[in-house]
Amino acid sequence: MTNPAIKLSDVSFDYEDMAMRFDLAVAPGDFLAIIGPSGSGKTTLLNLIAGFETPAGGHIELDGLDVTALPPGMRPVTMLFQDHNLFAHLDVKTNVGLGISPALKLTAADHERIASALNRVGLTGFERRLPGQLSGGERQRVALARALVRDKPVLLLDEPFAALGPALRREMLDLVAEIHRERAMTVLIVTHQPEDARHAATRTAFVNRGRVLAMDETEALFTTANIPELAGYLIG
Amino acid sequence: MATRSRNLPAILAGSIGLAGLATVMAGALVALTLTAVATPGGGSWDDYLWRVVRFTLWQAVLSTVLSVGLAIPVARAIARRRVFPGRGPLLRLFALPLALPALVVVLGIVDVWGRHGWAAKGLALLVDDGSMPNIYGLTGILLAHVFFNLPLAARLMIMHLERIPGENWRLASQLGMGAGAIFRFIEWPALRAGLPGIAGLVFMLCIASFTVVLTLGGGPAATTIEVAIYQALRFDFDPGRAVILALVQLGMTAVLIALGMRLTMPAVTTPSLNRPILRPDCAKLAGRVGDGMVIALAALFIVLPLIALTVSATAAPMGKLLGEAIVWQAILTSLAIGATAAVLCITLAWSLLIAAHAAKRMPGTSWWKAGFIMACGSGGSLILVMPPIFLGAGWFVLLHGLGEGFALAPAVVVTINGLMALPYTLRILGPAHASAAADHDRLCDSLGISGWNRWRLADWPVLRPAFGLAFAFAMALSLGDLGAVALFGSEDLTTLPLLILQRMGSYRTADAAGLAFMLAIFCLILIIGAERATAKTDNGR
Repeated sequence: MTNPAIKLSDVSFDYEDMAMRFDLAVAPGDFLAIIGPSGSGKTTLLNLIAGFETPAGGHIELDGLDVTALPPGMRPVTMLFQDHNLFAHLDVKTNVGLGISPALKLTAADHERIASALNRVGLTGFERRLPGQLSGGERQRVALARALVRDKPVLLLDEPFAALGPALRREMLDLVAEIHRERAMTVLIVTHQPEDARHAATRTAFVNRGRVLAMDETEALFTTANIPELAGYLIG
Repeated sequence: MATRSRNLPAILAGSIGLAGLATVMAGALVALTLTAVATPGGGSWDDYLWRVVRFTLWQAVLSTVLSVGLAIPVARAIARRRVFPGRGPLLRLFALPLALPALVVVLGIVDVWGRHGWAAKGLALLVDDGSMPNIYGLTGILLAHVFFNLPLAARLMIMHLERIPGENWRLASQLGMGAGAIFRFIEWPALRAGLPGIAGLVFMLCIASFTVVLTLGGGPAATTIEVAIYQALRFDFDPGRAVILALVQLGMTAVLIALGMRLTMPAVTTPSLNRPILRPDCAKLAGRVGDGMVIALAALFIVLPLIALTVSATAAPMGKLLGEAIVWQAILTSLAIGATAAVLCITLAWSLLIAAHAAKRMPGTSWWKAGFIMACGSGGSLILVMPPIFLGAGWFVLLHGLGEGFALAPAVVVTINGLMALPYTLRILGPAHASAAADHDRLCDSLGISGWNRWRLADWPVLRPAFGLAFAFAMALSLGDLGAVALFGSEDLTTLPLLILQRMGSYRTADAAGLAFMLAIFCLILIIGAERATAKTDNGR
């Protein structure tokens, strides 16, 4: 039996007046959607995995390795935020290049990797553009290209496409799903749209008041779950 | 038609204000030009003038480089440490130098860095023949300018650094950036966006610095244009030379402002989600010690002269001073001039604001309407092109030519002090007026509330804190001003700063320290009181 790609054991975290407590195990190569009401702790869950928040107790393992004490840069994780994924004053190529070397020391091979990553997300020819000259979807593509060159086994996405329209959102989800297949990454995506989960995620977890209340195959979770909180979240 | 008659009083008020401004400025300009033309050979371009112009620019360049250059590590250290005991008071302390009259600061700086100052005494304990460099001359001018402008520049830079979106820091920690990469890719670009504006502001302030150069500058080797104008008028009785200098000054500021407009491009800002800050470069011990030392040194540099001034004030013969009739006369004159100048300044600022707004609301478009709006909008900034000494020199020449001498002096000092504060007052009242207008215009129009009733019921209750703050700033600025009163002062017209200068000139240092302390207290009461009042109403809302 292989190690889970992501494993949270009894991870506690106090956010304002809510005591959160997470237990979660994600198998390697899973595409997991995380849904739940606003303020339920979805983003905190990702922040704990990425290392932006420090748990009060418990352990976080990535691929069998305890990373609880590691700083964000040392964890085998890439995280995409909803906004500000790029440095506004640096061009597309430099933004991607920073994913390879934080001091921007790039070899010829690195330049090739950047070019192929940009090609993969459909942004060949955009190298010298500044983020301000791109659309919202294009900016997130650049961030995805950086995730590609970083080549970490875990990709965390925090409502990355919430600001995009429905069609574009589906297109971006498809791109993430393709990358997920090609690279055999473990993907966690926080979303507010149940249809996003249905569209792309093999499994879905429901988070409520700082706890993972349910996790199952996406369709199974939506159709057979008899959890009042989930029904309340979905139907109102 | 109803709108037109309702807008008319405001437009009339603005027209009167503009006419007043134009008279003051044109009067100075015409008087100076006529004198220049009528003075045969008196105001020729010679070595002395060259030296003065060169020194003016040179000291301003050095002051700017030092202030801004030293402010970068200070701002970076403070911005890196979001939470440390005393951060709030430290930022307050950094706001203090600009609120204090230059003369007060100069006394404190001499106490610390002068030949027999604290630094010299400290050095003597360490080294046998340790002696401080002479503070009078370029050294002292630079020290004082850095004292004023380093905290100002640092505060502006901290603002830029704190505007960096939180996601950038998360990204930096995910990418594993070290302190060097963070400075290169995050901090420096954020600073660079603000740097031209900050450096330009500091440069303008140093070019126009009068009190510091007058008191710390020494002889012809360390004289700026403003001080040279003063000396030409009050000591050499050479209006021709003063005129040439004043016109050079006018040309220089005009060029600088034209350059400055091109330099300060607005930075592109992206609004950020409000998240707690997690910086990867703050945990290391070396960084913490380094930041702590930088912050401590900066705080010491600012606080030492203020403590020194307080200490020498405790040794000052306060009882004797308060028994002197001339001291009371100076205090009362200062307060009267300051209050009048502040009222004049606020009235003028308000009339310009409401006139521009009323003109915008008038139906139709025409060139005169656009011109009027522009005149109201930029009128307040003209004082930056024609600094107080320029206006003072012009009216000095004009009134002496008319044989009026010092009869109108108080009115001129009040006017110049009032105009001097105009840009600051506009910066406080402008946004307040705009937001009140946006909130009230349509509501008042629909309810038919206008004129005095609108002012009394709708605008004044909302605007009162802004007016209070504007008044306090204008009055504090006027209280501390030495420029206008140095030109027009006499036995009949002595303000506190002038009295301090006289006591310094006759080496009665203890007297000067005591008076400076009083002046500082007046200014601090005004500023702190006004800020308290503003904060209180903000909380109440």
